[in-house]
Amino acid sequence: MPKTLEHNFVEQAPILRLEDLNKSYGDGCEYCSKEDAVLEKNICPKCHTVHALRGVNLEVYPGEIVGVVGESGSGKSTLMQCIYFDKNPSSGACYLTPYKEGTENIFEVSEQEKLKIKNLILGMVYQNPYLGLRMDFSSLSNIAERQIAAGSRNVHEMMDRSDELLSEVNISKWRAKEAPKNFSGGMQQRVQIAKALSSNPPILLLDEVTTGLDLSVQARVLDLIKDIMHEFNISMLVVSHDLGVIRMLAERTYVMLDGKVVESGLTDQILEDPQHPYTQQLVYSLL
Amino acid sequence: MAALLTLDKLTKTFHLYEAEQTIEACQNISFEVQPGEFVGITGKSGSGKSTILKCIYRTNLASSGSIVYDSAAFGPVEITTLEERKMLHIRRYEIAYISQFLSVLPRQSAKQIVVDSAKDAYEEKSEQEEAAIEMLKHFEIAEHLWNVFPNTFSGGEKLRLNIAAAMVKHPRFLLLDEPTASLDNASKVKVRELIEKLKSEGTTMLGIFHDLEFMEGLCDKEFNMQKGSFV
Ligand SMILES: Nc1ncnc2c1ncn2[C@@H]1O[C@H](COP(=O)(O)OP(=O)(O)OP(=O)(O)O)[C@@H](O)[C@H]1O
Ligand SMILES: Nc1ncnc2c1ncn2[C@@H]1O[C@H](COP(=O)(O)OP(=O)(O)O)[C@@H](O)[C@H]1O
Ligand SMILES: [Mg+2]
Ligand SMILES: [Mg+2]
Ligand SMILES: [Zn+2]
Repeated sequence: MPKTLEHNFVEQAPILRLEDLNKSYGDGCEYCSKEDAVLEKNICPKCHTVHALRGVNLEVYPGEIVGVVGESGSGKSTLMQCIYFDKNPSSGACYLTPYKEGTENIFEVSEQEKLKIKNLILGMVYQNPYLGLRMDFSSLSNIAERQIAAGSRNVHEMMDRSDELLSEVNISKWRAKEAPKNFSGGMQQRVQIAKALSSNPPILLLDEVTTGLDLSVQARVLDLIKDIMHEFNISMLVVSHDLGVIRMLAERTYVMLDGKVVESGLTDQILEDPQHPYTQQLVYSLL
Repeated sequence: MAALLTLDKLTKTFHLYEAEQTIEACQNISFEVQPGEFVGITGKSGSGKSTILKCIYRTNLASSGSIVYDSAAFGPVEITTLEERKMLHIRRYEIAYISQFLSVLPRQSAKQIVVDSAKDAYEEKSEQEEAAIEMLKHFEIAEHLWNVFPNTFSGGEKLRLNIAAAMVKHPRFLLLDEPTASLDNASKVKVRELIEKLKSEGTTMLGIFHDLEFMEGLCDKEFNMQKGSFV
């Protein structure tokens, strides 16, 4: 028998770290600016400001898939879109190790730097494929657009890479020239994944990738995500309201309610021994 | 010799908010497991046996008391409060938890499941393959099943596959949660032989059985649980 590997634990800094992230729609008032203010779900009863994210802290370590669960409206997509600069957070910080060794809050860098981060460091798969793809352009042009944005200029290399990625996500060659608007939901999500991966980002953000897909397609997308993690060692933040998806993909999980993280821990512990009353309700209602 | 595992007054209470109930699953459990030992826990259904194992594996969070595990990577650690990332490292390389049920229903062949698990222990693809095949043979999983999805396996086959996938990584410590439940007698005998073999190879084990007969002559130490306590 060959010798087994040594397993030293390597202390690592998180590749993505969110600190006290807040996002509100509205100006807030004296009442809801207090930390312990009681809101109606995420809305201030006095000034009707929507507090979509409240003091979110979260870490993703290198090579890890981290889950975020919560009911509809709990702030999951807002969280992802803030990290990907689609929405401006009201306050808070995000540090990414691949960007200046994690020394700079990416919410405060120039627009030009943000574009660089978007194209080279982060990949995003949107809950709504219409946000992630140009539906009238072929899958190949969708991917090429991102490759060019990331600085590729060699057409042959770009073509080779898109072929490779589309075959990785099981889109046959003869369909790659077609516009995604003709595709099924599952295929659109797979094109989004190929597009996100095309610039080799070290971090992937996945927002409800499997929602709305039928079960066998879901399973294939999930298998694909696992393969990608093993093969490319990409770190991922996976948002879903489906606990089955989280159970299958993530070793650690954060639970969100009304814009706040109410609990986090090892995924099997969250599912079998939830501590927070809300998590218990969520687990028992969704399992 | 230093104990591999030391439980001191472990207590677990579940608070069920919606039902407004608390369930005292186990109270003041204290014992030690020495390296190389096989320790058995018996008791009626619902007496709190699984809760103890799950607290050790951190699937359950202890309410009070302490669980110290002497880790190869970290030395003695307090499991109840250990950083999540360190706990995951220990799960991956040191402690295996085995029950009769497949923990996930993977859409993968039996052999691939063992090969995947071997990836944590071996660098080269050829080594992973070799180690996996050795384990499949060792635990007598018939060759015609290797390329089959295990959803259709019998209870005993699933169990042996679980053990093969766990053992291919050579864990230092094995937690067995009723590995014989719902098996027929012939399969039970197989499991017993298997445990004897693992023991002779030096694996430390903590096992739960409600079947006293089964454990006879197997355990170095034996505890009986009633209503959450050792008696
Ligand atoms: N532009 C906006 N103006 C006002 N409120 C908004 C706006 N965008 C989002 N919100 C609110 O922010 C909250 C969080 O929305 P978000 O889309 O992040 O939820 P989610 O957790 O992703 O839900 P789902 O599971 O339904 O996708 C919701 O209460 C939503 O109504
Ligand atoms: N996750 C849980 N939530 C609430 N109660 C639980 C949970 N797990 C176990 N219990 C309760 O704790 C008690 C002990 O269960 P368990 O340790 O599984 O017993 P055993 O393994 O001895 O059959 C039982 O009353 C059981 O219902
Ligand atoms: Mg959403
Ligand atoms: Mg049990
Ligand atoms: Zn207000």
